[in-house]
Amino acid sequence: MIRPHRTHTLWFAYILHRLSGLSLALFLPAHFYIMSLALTQPERLDGFLKWTDLMIVKVAEYGLVFLLAVHIFGGLRLMALEWLPWSNGQKTLAAAAVGGAFLISTMFFMRAI
Amino acid sequence: MKATPDTLTVSVWRGAESGGSFESFEVPNFESQTILDIVAWIQQNSDPTLTYRYACRVGMCGSCAMMVNGVPRWTCRTHVQKVVQDNRVEIAPLRNLPVIKDLATDMDPFFDKWIAAEGLHHPTKSRHDPIEQINPESAARVEAASGIECINCSVCYAACDTVANNPDYLGPAALQRAWTVYNDSKDAGRQQVLDAVSGVGGCHNCHSQGSCAVHCPNDLNPMKAIAGLKRATATSFFRKGSRT
Repeated sequence: MIRPHRTHTLWFAYILHRLSGLSLALFLPAHFYIMSLALTQPERLDGFLKWTDLMIVKVAEYGLVFLLAVHIFGGLRLMALEWLPWSNGQKTLAAAAVGGAFLISTMFFMRAI
Repeated sequence: MKATPDTLTVSVWRGAESGGSFESFEVPNFESQTILDIVAWIQQNSDPTLTYRYACRVGMCGSCAMMVNGVPRWTCRTHVQKVVQDNRVEIAPLRNLPVIKDLATDMDPFFDKWIAAEGLHHPTKSRHDPIEQINPESAARVEAASGIECINCSVCYAACDTVANNPDYLGPAALQRAWTVYNDSKDAGRQQVLDAVSGVGGCHNCHSQGSCAVHCPNDLNPMKAIAGLKRATATSFFRKGSRT
């Protein structure tokens, strides 16, 4: 539950980073399993890859690329926060991470459709 | 223009650590009154058994912090008009601390963690030594000066979700105090500070949610101080490693 004391930019950046990380952790085992089919059962892999022609799968990939990009950019911000001299623009950097992720994932989606 | 209602409906948490509930009071809606004013009005006019804590009333002592509509605030300098919602205000004891009674919390865990974080002075000289000159513009002094306005109100401690989820976590105020001491050239306990803040409940538990900095009534930035401690402890760790 988003309680009143949490309604600020960096808390939203925190929860987005956490949820995107958990989502990617859930996705990656399935991703590696399907990739492994290239070695073990190539005909089944071709069947899976046909799904990527469906619009709903393209939209899901759009979401996946957004989660990956926002987790990378958010993680870079956190590493900079902890390892580099302090920067006062943390809210701006968090917003830029979301903006950059949105840009990259939208470009991916535009190319896909 | 909307007419200002004559009264406010104020929900005040009543009870102790074992349990309690909100009790509603109708309070006159005076102009320019603070949250502490309406708590005092209730205690003086509606229910003398209401327990709360305050001292200076001018934002210096850090005694009167409470949860106001779910947000930790210094009540003596929080105007009702700034926080009132639909003519209602909800007032509760500070989060993350044991409740003694009603709105008064037990601050012992908060101050115990200041000591656990070595947030105390470790002298370099005795009273017989000449007073050391400090350059107020040196980088370390500027860093130390940014934290010394902390009034120990525990607002940051109540705002912190990491404190809520990890009872061992030292919390933003204690760690900011440790960072201030660490940067004080008159302090002889720099390594003691780093050892104290790099343990189980130390600075590396911080998730950089930033609620401490958002809600600090004195506009301090404990998240920045904790980031400084993370860098200092990591640097110290790698230096130690390179010597062994």
